[in-house]
Amino acid sequence: MGFLAMPRLLLILGFLIIPLTLDMYWQRVLCTAGIYALLALSFDFLAEYVGLVCLGGAMFIGFGGYISGVLNAYFEWSPLFTIPIATLGGAVMSTLVLIPCLRLRGIYFAIVSFMLPLFSVYIIIALGLFGSTEGISALDTFPNIWAEQYLVIGAIIVALFALRRLVNEDIGLIFRAIKDNDQAVRASGISITAYRIKAVFIAALIGCFAGAYLSHLYGWLGLSLFAMDFSILPIAATVMGGMGTLVGPVLGALILTPMSEALRGFGQLRVVLYCLVLIGFILYKPEGFMNYLERKYHQFERWEKV
Amino acid sequence: MDILIYGTVNSIVFAMIAVGFTLVYGVSRIPNFAHGSIYVLVGFLTWSFINDFKLNYALSIIISLIIASVVGLIIYRFILIRLRGLPTSEIIASFAVSLIILEGLRMQGIAGFKGFIGPFYVLRPFVEGKISVFGVFVDYQRLIIMGGGLIVLTLIWLFTHHTKTGLSLRAIAQDEQAAMMLGVNSDRTAMISLSIGSALAGLAAVMILPLGNIAAEQGYRVLVYALAVCIIGGLGSWAGTILASFVLGFSMITSTALFGALWENVVLVGAIILILLIKPSGLMGKQKELEERV
Repeated sequence: MGFLAMPRLLLILGFLIIPLTLDMYWQRVLCTAGIYALLALSFDFLAEYVGLVCLGGAMFIGFGGYISGVLNAYFEWSPLFTIPIATLGGAVMSTLVLIPCLRLRGIYFAIVSFMLPLFSVYIIIALGLFGSTEGISALDTFPNIWAEQYLVIGAIIVALFALRRLVNEDIGLIFRAIKDNDQAVRASGISITAYRIKAVFIAALIGCFAGAYLSHLYGWLGLSLFAMDFSILPIAATVMGGMGTLVGPVLGALILTPMSEALRGFGQLRVVLYCLVLIGFILYKPEGFMNYLERKYHQFERWEKV
Repeated sequence: MDILIYGTVNSIVFAMIAVGFTLVYGVSRIPNFAHGSIYVLVGFLTWSFINDFKLNYALSIIISLIIASVVGLIIYRFILIRLRGLPTSEIIASFAVSLIILEGLRMQGIAGFKGFIGPFYVLRPFVEGKISVFGVFVDYQRLIIMGGGLIVLTLIWLFTHHTKTGLSLRAIAQDEQAAMMLGVNSDRTAMISLSIGSALAGLAAVMILPLGNIAAEQGYRVLVYALAVCIIGGLGSWAGTILASFVLGFSMITSTALFGALWENVVLVGAIILILLIKPSGLMGKQKELEERV
């Protein structure tokens, strides 16, 4: 019993304790790391359990962030309402724009999801929407740093355990079957597209929540919500933490974000750094360290009283 | 007349950007996300050779094209070759390579070059000046793109249909197992295709970049255009690529002339979504239609 519960309890307790041990600056970093962790979770779920490689995590952030920010700035609703609305609305929007490529297999999803954040930027600039290049500032922020941290930590824990439960339910079996052999799924009379839409919606929910949270965290929204960082760092975190483990990506994000924060002076070169980490792991350690740890943990000898 | 001439030039620009990508994808089934970054890399290198090393224009173009094809070779030999058959990893790895090149260039810190200073990096047009064609003023560079593009496309067609290497590229694209039984080395062919594809991206860069200035953002834009042309024409389809670049080129120029420049990206997205909804395998993607649709 303890053998199974220990790692999980360790994770949850660790998450609850971390904020108490950090100073103000690193507490903010923890909030950012939480955003990347949520994105990495949604990337891992889509890539390893449904077989859709999403190169546009920035789109989820952008949609979620813009919806909650605009509701807050123009209608002056409190974050209490804007965040849930942005999470749902952003997820619906992202799913709608991704539907056309869900009927195809192969790299179409990767391509279209890569293009959409770029196009969103072009369209926002061209039409001069929502403050255009300058964005909107002075949104409502959270009451204090503790609310910020525990909101994102709570979201990570809920999302993590909900996804773990989900992929082992019936619907999760279908998702994994779609990844492994879509023709067999079709032969069983199950619509692949319908299930892919559900999966994208679930992943988009997580991503859009992160976006809505981000815009209220900084009290600001702008075109950098569609920045390449939000697409590539989660992927690097996922590959580093171990694809398909769900908890690996979260830990990967918690390692990579402070690292990139420490290298803040290098500016845009940080993206180069993530990519180098990414290529290094994908070539030489494709299983990631979470799979490795899991294997080692199962090798411990232990005696049960019968 | 305006629309006809600029539309043709624009279409050939699209075709030249997309042809390298479709060559690589058709042969090795690797979506080369590094395509756009090699385009910008060649632009920067040519600029740097001209201004830092004071080489002459033609020589620096040739050197940067050679470097581009070597970069393509290296990407395949040291990274992608280990990931063949793992589509997820292929996409992620080539995307990461592309970001390394682009963001590295954005920092202008690629080792050894002290150039890249100042706000704009502009390549000089091959021949300055304008000429009036049927009452429309066109600069010489656009005519060169038109002529050069047609020559390049014809050469590529001849290469893939009438030389041994080119035929083996097509053989691998059509049926890898059968081609390997007949003694075509799959890895070698893919390597060649990637290096030719990169050189083509570079060639497009040196011809098109004199029309504007060189910026890292163009890497993403070029990649998006190449992908759009390939989706609309059918991934890996040769005739489809040409057809789609003409469709896109003309529709974008027309929409710019009618509604203004900000609509051209909307047209692009609209075209992609329309094609994915109506004929998901693209205009000419007959061969792979069943494989791609679920």
